[in-house]
Formats: sequence, C-alpha cells, structure tokens
Amino acid sequence: MSTLKITDLHVSVETEQGTTQILRGVDLIINSGETHAIMGPNGSGKSTLAYTIAGHPKYKVESGSITLDGADVLAMTVDERARAGLFLAMQYPVEIPGVTVTNFLRTAKTAIDGEAPAIRNWIKDVRVAMESLRMDKTFAERNVNEGFSGGEKKRHEILQLELLKPRFAVLDETDSGLDVDALKIVSEGVNRAKESTGLGVLLITHYTRILRYIQPDFVHVFVNGRIAEEGGPELADRLENEGYDRFLELAV
Amino acid sequence: MSLASPDTATTTTPTTTTEQHGIKAHSNGAGRVAPVQTRSARFKSTHPEDFEAVNGRELDWKHSPVAKLTAFTGGDLDGSRFPYSATESAGVSFSWIPVTDPRVGSVGIPEDRASANAWSAATEVLLVSIGAEDVSEVTITRDALGSAPRAAHIIIEAAPFSKSTVIIRNTGAAQLVENVEILAGESANLSVISVQQWNADAVHLGSHFARIGRDANLKHALVSLGGDVIRINPSAHLAEAGGSVELLGLYFADAGQHIEQQVYVFHDAPQTKSRVTYKGALQGKGARTVWIGDVLIGSKGIGTDSYEQNRNLVLSEGTRADSIPNLEIETGDIAGAGHASATGRFDDEQLFYLQARGINEEEARKLVVRGFLNEIVQQLHVPALEADIHAALDSELENVHIASLR
Repeated sequence: MSTLKITDLHVSVETEQGTTQILRGVDLIINSGETHAIMGPNGSGKSTLAYTIAGHPKYKVESGSITLDGADVLAMTVDERARAGLFLAMQYPVEIPGVTVTNFLRTAKTAIDGEAPAIRNWIKDVRVAMESLRMDKTFAERNVNEGFSGGEKKRHEILQLELLKPRFAVLDETDSGLDVDALKIVSEGVNRAKESTGLGVLLITHYTRILRYIQPDFVHVFVNGRIAEEGGPELADRLENEGYDRFLELAV
Repeated sequence: MSLASPDTATTTTPTTTTEQHGIKAHSNGAGRVAPVQTRSARFKSTHPEDFEAVNGRELDWKHSPVAKLTAFTGGDLDGSRFPYSATESAGVSFSWIPVTDPRVGSVGIPEDRASANAWSAATEVLLVSIGAEDVSEVTITRDALGSAPRAAHIIIEAAPFSKSTVIIRNTGAAQLVENVEILAGESANLSVISVQQWNADAVHLGSHFARIGRDANLKHALVSLGGDVIRINPSAHLAEAGGSVELLGLYFADAGQHIEQQVYVFHDAPQTKSRVTYKGALQGKGARTVWIGDVLIGSKGIGTDSYEQNRNLVLSEGTRADSIPNLEIETGDIAGAGHASATGRFDDEQLFYLQARGINEEEARKLVVRGFLNEIVQQLHVPALEADIHAALDSELENVHIASLR
C-alpha cells in the first residue's frame, strides 16, 4: 500500500510575459489501487499538475509538497521519480530518432529495476503486452514515436505502463485523439495494470468518455489552478450534462 | 530533433550557381562578382605549382585551419610506399603500380593544391583490385604512418559485376595528404568505408574521386572521429547511365577538432541517382565541422534523382558547424532534386521523456546521440564496424558535461 500525497502545491511557469502562476494550492491524496479523475476546462492547470509530478524543468514549484510514502518527490530528479515508481503517460510523446522501441523498453526496464531483465521472460512479456494492445510486431523495430499515429503513440505509452509496472501513473489526456476502438484498447491496458499491480491512477481528462471504460473512485474538478469540487463517479455524470460553465462562473 | 539554429551555427541558402576559385585567389568583398561557372569547370591540375599558395581566403580553403596545413599545401612530402596491412579476401589483390600507369588519373585530377602536392609526391600507387566473380570484404589498416608529412595515392578498382566492401581503418599518428581514386565498373556493387580514428594530433587531408560506371552502385562512407584536422573531400562522377551513388558521413568533433568534408556529385548521364547523408555531432569549445554539398545535374543528366542532406547536433556551447548545400541544374527533365540542412541543439524534451522512464541523464544523452548518428551506422552494413563505432561514440560521450549545456 503506497500513498502519493500532494499538499498545498503552488506552481508557476516562466513565459515571455514573465512568471505566470498556474497551480494555486492543490491538495490531493492517492492511494494504491485508487483511480482519481482530474477533470477541468482547458487552461485550468491539469497538465501542469501532471508535469510537475514528473519533474519537468519548465515548471517551478513555489511552495507545497509532493511525497511518495513520505519521501520528498520534489527533491528527486526526473529519473529518480520514475525509479521511485511514478509514471507519466504523456499527451504528446516526443520522437527519438534512431532509438528502437525494443532498445528503449529494455533500457528503461533495466533502469527502473536496477538490473537487466531476464531475456527470455522479457521478450515474452513484451510480446504479450503488445498483443494485448493490438500492436503489430513490426512496431518493436520502429524508432520511438517516429512516424507513429496519434493512437499508436498512446498505445506505446500504455505499453510502457504495463511493462515498467509503476506504483502510480499519471495519464495526461491519454484519451485525446483516440477513436472508440483505440480508447477501449488503451483503457483495457490501464485496467490490466490496475488489477495486476494495484496501480494508483491519476487520470487527467477534459471529457468524460474515458470514464466509461476506466471507472474512477474519485472525481476532482480542476478550475483556475485548484480543485473546485470533489466527489464520486456521479460528479462526472453531472459534468457530462452541465459542462464546466458553473465552475467558470464561480472562478470569476 | 530541434531544428532551431543556434548562434554558433551557420547555414546558407543554396544557390544555383557556385563561386569559383580558379587558379587566382579572388576576393569575396564588395565590388567583386565571382564569375558564374559550373562546378565541373573548376580548375584541375596534378602540379601544385599550378595553384597559387594557399592563404585561407580561397573558396575551398576558407573554412579550413590553413595555418596548420602549410606542410601539406606547400611543403615536401614523403611519397614512398606507406605501411599498411590488409585482410585477405578471395578475388582482391594488392599491388604497387607506377604513377605512369594509365589508370592513375583516370578517375579524378586534383582540384586543390594539397591534393596536387600529394599527387606529384607519391612515387607509387597502391592498387586494390577487385575481381569480378567473388563477393568480398577487405579491411585495410593503416596504423603506422608516423608523424612526418606523407603523401599517399590509392586506386580501388572494382571489376564489372563485382560485389565488394573495402574498409580503410586509420589509427595512430599521421600527417597525411592523399588521393583515392575509386572505379566502380559496369554493374559493380562497391562499398568504400574510410574510418578515421587517428591520434589527437593527427592531420589527414584527402580527396576521394569516384567514377560510377553503367548501372553500377557505389556506397561511400566517411566516419571521422579522431584527429586534429580531418578534411576529406569526396566526389562522385555518375558518368554512365543508370549509375547510383550513396555518400554517407558520420563525424564527431571534440574541443579544438576540425572535421571538414566537401562533397561533390556530378550527374553526367541519364537515369542516375544520388543520396548524400552526412550527420555529425559537436561537443566542446572550438569543435568545428564543415560540410559543403555540391550537386551538379549536367545537361546529360536526364531523369536524375538526387537528394542531399546534412544534420548537425550541437552538444555544447562554443562549437561551430558550417553546412552549405549547393545545387546546380542544367536540365529541367529530372525526377527530383532536393536538399536539407539543419543544425540543432540537444532537444530537452527528448531527455525529459527518457528520464521520465527512469533512464539517468547521462545514459539518456548517449541514447539520443547514438540514435541520431545511428542512421548512418546502420547503413554501413558491417556489423563488426558498427559495434566499434558505437563503442567509440560512447567514449566520446563520456566527456559530456551537463552543466555546460544549461
């Protein structure tokens, strides 16, 4: 049982116009096995929260804390966070020319585990995970994200989630740009990871449709850099019907 | 890869005419207009005295550290047989032939003074002769050239219908200027790979001249890693119909290192194809690379298919990469002609992505640079060499200092 705890988190970003405050006091506790949906309009700071947890250098933590079972996540480098068990499925994964998916996955697995995986089991694990995500075998020999379609990029992110077995995963708009079939396949992958490893999930999304396939335990509505309302899955249904207007008016 | 041009890099827009250095030094200053002259009409001679003394302002020398090169552009050179060893392969023979042999000069004639100096100094020419019926691979190793200025001349002659790979591996000390003539006979399939892993104080100037026969295919690669100054200029003459050439380059310049390549492809017959791909990385103060890519599609080059590109990855401050594509077209009836040039910094988003998967920064850097250069390594199709090049690149990358990049 692990706990990812975010306390009174304030985050800013440097832009050409100067420093912009984005997160204005976020509190959140996620336990193993729980799925928390973070929903909110564009520009509310959802992605900033995701990247801050992962440690992207662009985002500056002004105050507050993030801890993983009491350990100070903010004091860790990006790779240390990943090795501690945090995973970010990115909205726009970058291309890495000349680095094959096979090589990348093995290198990442070795880094996370601290030792190279046993070769025979590893090859099997990769094959099974790829088949479950309906990924063609040739995918393994392609360069990371190079020439991937939007759907392929998202599947590749979930492939990593299944193979690297983190304790907590932040899914940053993993549903965006996916058609119905791809959304189901990707959601199944997340659900498999939850079942097999007790993964805690922070599901960031603009729309409610992914919540039909990945059942959230908690829903948090994010507005203007903080959580405006919290509830159970029924809150998502309400957002589906009413949209975010009610919250935007409150924020003004 | 980020394609933003840092201040330290220069790129020029390609032009359809090239400047010409001729035998007289000319000024690039205002008020003087360089004569319009096609690339193929550049002055050639085997006699160094036909060229004026090199002063560093000439078109083809202006990017080079000429002060370090006076021994080659003007001095006396040891032109005796140079020491080498070679692996054996059926159908490949080695012999020293006199400079009066008709094959000498049948492919190319020097276009600069250092090349002409080497030409006139060499007393004999090493002939690598590849027979028709065998598939062969030979490695020529030069590891004892010494530190006195030396001239060399090699002819690689691939018989019609032969299929072969010739690898020249260069290590140790060297003060070398050489001419290499490459003759790919009708329908021959020839690979020539020259790997420069010289000592840190070595100088290597070279001119490679290739003639590609009817339906022949030449793959030519320069892998330049070690040495103080490396300046090798490959040219390919697609002289007969159906010929194709692939010119590859991979270079890694460290602090103070100068690596230059002036590439020239002449489409001089119908239905010929060329692909030029040079990729390099630069790291450390004073690391300097130069790539010039001239492509001339002559009036006989109907149906030409040509593409050239150069990409540079800048790993630290204080480096300079020059990248200058020139395309000259004398017939409109071609299949395609394109070029690309980009010099970019390390992409921090790539680093973030890899680090977010638990890979530490140093390892992530190595992955990205290896990946970037891997496109060339993969195309060499020599597994043993691939492993060696990866190991050499990794040791170059051991020196990356993260702090200098921020």
